[in-house]
Amino acid sequence: MRLTDKVLPWSAWLAGIMMVTGLFWGFFLTPDDYKQGSTVKIIFLHVPAAMMAINIWGMMLVTSLVWLIRRHHVSALAAKAAAPIGITMTLIALFTGAIWGQPMWGTYWAWDPRLTSFMILFVFYLGYIALWAAIEDNDTAADLTSILCLVGSVFALLSRYAVNFWNQGLHQGASLSLDKGQSIDDAFRTPLFISLGGFTLFFIALVLLRTRTEIRARRMSALIARERLA
Amino acid sequence: MIALLKRDLALALRSGGGFGLSLAFFLIVVMFVPFGIGPDSATLAKIAPGILWIGALLACLLSLDRIFQLDYEDGSLELLATSPLPLEAIVAMKALAHWMTTGLPLALAAPVLGFLLSLPSGAYMWIFLSLLIGTPALSFLGTFGAAITVGLKRGGLLLSLLVLPLYIPTLIFGAQSVTLVTQGTSNSTAFLILAALSLFSLALIPFAAAYALKVNLR
Repeated sequence: MRLTDKVLPWSAWLAGIMMVTGLFWGFFLTPDDYKQGSTVKIIFLHVPAAMMAINIWGMMLVTSLVWLIRRHHVSALAAKAAAPIGITMTLIALFTGAIWGQPMWGTYWAWDPRLTSFMILFVFYLGYIALWAAIEDNDTAADLTSILCLVGSVFALLSRYAVNFWNQGLHQGASLSLDKGQSIDDAFRTPLFISLGGFTLFFIALVLLRTRTEIRARRMSALIARERLA
Repeated sequence: MIALLKRDLALALRSGGGFGLSLAFFLIVVMFVPFGIGPDSATLAKIAPGILWIGALLACLLSLDRIFQLDYEDGSLELLATSPLPLEAIVAMKALAHWMTTGLPLALAAPVLGFLLSLPSGAYMWIFLSLLIGTPALSFLGTFGAAITVGLKRGGLLLSLLVLPLYIPTLIFGAQSVTLVTQGTSNSTAFLILAALSLFSLALIPFAAAYALKVNLR
């Protein structure tokens, strides 16, 4: 708590500054693409949101494992706090993708592997959040959601490759990667990275805030229970 | 272990429930498709493998909450948990019993229902085989979902929300292993991956399900 007291405002402010810079730069200061026109600028929202959607599930997997192995309460609460942010990011990625898809592919939605995988990820998030909401006892809920997260991760990954087998895609492959050569111009790349950093910090700030809220709620219910006993 | 399996089978067959119900549900789902789509046999033949797979999957889902619920309510699940058998083995036996009373009859019924949907002639054996090989995965994954939701008051709806996403790979490869045959191409990749999925869930899911049961019996 004491550490997050210091970190939280910094990450929140930095997130705000970087998101505004990245998005403003991306939307107003980059040139139009020669083929896609101004619609290309939605990547500054779409790509960070999509990346966060996947990474948040990964973070939930790690915190679930930490809870199952080390029984660290904050870890379970952090996973709980992260899930609604993750599902929101998934929705943002789906919607911005649909808005971009209409002028570019001529359709809002196609059963493309990447799009379908995101739909599947969305359903996995839904089940996870619903399970948290359904169980009253905190430790039971943490245990069961953690094990669901583990099994879910395996099957989400399997589904991701199953849909590749099932249908050919419209979506382009990865443009940003560490090992391949540069496939995206610097004019787009710099604001995209700033925006990515902004989204990451934004997530960190939100997750810290939400976990602190969960911890306080937990302490409050403990206090109330103690009052009742006394 | 065998005794437990026999007990579960006897319960499922006798206590006026699960066994016939999921078969009847399967029949009704398949019967409803022509009502919704229209009786054109060329269209029906095209979607028949997918419909049969989705119908079997939903019918399988229907009986999942019975796997642990009754035993949980009358306390025999706690007796089983304290017995010398490891909980993983108990879960595996329960899943096996569920498969024998749901998956196996569904696989046997599917070719007959395929006839109603004018399934192409080469595909009858494959719809049977793919369901025979694929439904163990459905039963084991379903047992995991049932183990998670067993302590909940209204777990039924949540159970489907948790389990259905886990069914996606099985559904894709199961339906593909039939559809590819109707299109005249080789289905060995899809079929082998389907078998792998079943073996994978058979080997690993009992551990996850037993852990969830332990948490719920705490």
